[in-house]
Amino acid sequence: MTGTRLAGTRPRLLYPGTAGLIEHTTRYGPPPSGLGRPQREALIAEVDRAGLTGRGGAGFPTARKLAAVAAAHSPAVVVANGTEGEPASIKDRVLMARSPHLVLDGAVLAAELTGAGRAVIVVHRDVREIMDEAAADRARAGLDRVRLEVRTAAGGFVAGQASAVVRWVQRDVAAPTATPPRLAQRGLRGAPTLVQNVETLAHLALIARYGAAWFRSAGTPAEPGTMLVTVLGAVREPGVLEVGTGTPVGQLLELAGSASGPLQALLLGGYFGAWVDAAGASGRPFSSAGLADLGAGPGAGLVAALPAGVCGLAETARVVRYLAGESAGQCGPCRFGLPAIAEQVEQLADRRSADPWLLRRWLGQVDGRGGCAHPDGAVRLVRSALRTFCAELERHAAGRCSGGPARLLPVPSGSRR
Amino acid sequence: MTRPARLRVDFIACDGRRLCAEALPELITLDDWGFPIVSGQDVPPRLLADARATVRACPRLALRLDPGAGGHDRSA
Repeated sequence: MTGTRLAGTRPRLLYPGTAGLIEHTTRYGPPPSGLGRPQREALIAEVDRAGLTGRGGAGFPTARKLAAVAAAHSPAVVVANGTEGEPASIKDRVLMARSPHLVLDGAVLAAELTGAGRAVIVVHRDVREIMDEAAADRARAGLDRVRLEVRTAAGGFVAGQASAVVRWVQRDVAAPTATPPRLAQRGLRGAPTLVQNVETLAHLALIARYGAAWFRSAGTPAEPGTMLVTVLGAVREPGVLEVGTGTPVGQLLELAGSASGPLQALLLGGYFGAWVDAAGASGRPFSSAGLADLGAGPGAGLVAALPAGVCGLAETARVVRYLAGESAGQCGPCRFGLPAIAEQVEQLADRRSADPWLLRRWLGQVDGRGGCAHPDGAVRLVRSALRTFCAELERHAAGRCSGGPARLLPVPSGSRR
Repeated sequence: MTRPARLRVDFIACDGRRLCAEALPELITLDDWGFPIVSGQDVPPRLLADARATVRACPRLALRLDPGAGGHDRSA
């Protein structure tokens, strides 16, 4: 894992090195605890004013989730989601490795706010030891009234989906479950369950200390705060940045040491995200509003830079084949449709005869037809590739290719099971 | 008056048995792998009884009627 840089302002989440409990408390001060009911309601209202949204990719307002679980009539459970199944993203791991106690503060606060007696911290295996040590230090210090339980996350792309995390904790099966019921009503062992990404919880821990106005002093008015962004590909210093939401995309690349050569396209958001033209996107704010009309969004905070001279169709084909293999296999359209789509994209990439009409028909038949958003994400990626690499598609149709096969985007090899 | 309703498929439960598409071709077609594509519109009142029967007939209990939007039905 490489460097961390914050644009302009002081870092909020990420400092160099791993902060132990004493360093953490010195840096941020103690978190509020032992909250009575009025303080709990006031803090949820503060989170609402702060405008904090989920940093795992879906961007749902955190206060609404907290309020829904807090309003349930039976004892709740909190699940901190540090699965980070997205192969190109490392921001959650970097956060947990640097600021484990900020994540745990957030999990404990979320538990207090929702009346949960227990918080399960599900973490990528790379940071299991760090999180175990942090939880043990807190237990020795008698810090929390909430029981903290650290678990290693399942591997695999869909394992990070909220209901899949809950099912993993409950049954060691990392596959999404059907909605309804919503997790806020009936989740882990039937209890109302709050699942929050670990970065979201870290922001929550800071809002509880410093308030909504402080939180809103970074980012845009519509999408406030800072966010972690993994930048990879053709940049000189790939790694994780902490930036104000809405920082221009071009500035993100500069903060990552700037592009290592002419760029062709950017993959934004994650493998469920979208390709965009590099020149067209560089002036855009990295926010939902700033990227919406490009068909993209900040997603799980990912920017992958594709250099000129690399075939974007070949990159897409590799990722789509990977995503097809990562289907939980529960839903027919995803299970059968994604491999069929992957085959077509591979044919386009390999300049073999492909059937664009059939590809578009299948994209339509798979979109929105799963128990989770996995098929929708793969469809979004392919559609964005067809838009962004249309000149390349024409070259391929004529039997040429402007780039060599590169391996820009990491795709885990072998089976996840 | 009956309440507006629309069909929904639980794709985790659905096995692609295709009974629904045979029973209610007006509203349910099949994709290229044999899984149901249901109309996203409210079920027209004249088909509500058939839709309820089709929901009951699904051997996987994968089909259900959810509350519809009402008043915005642009289908047949």
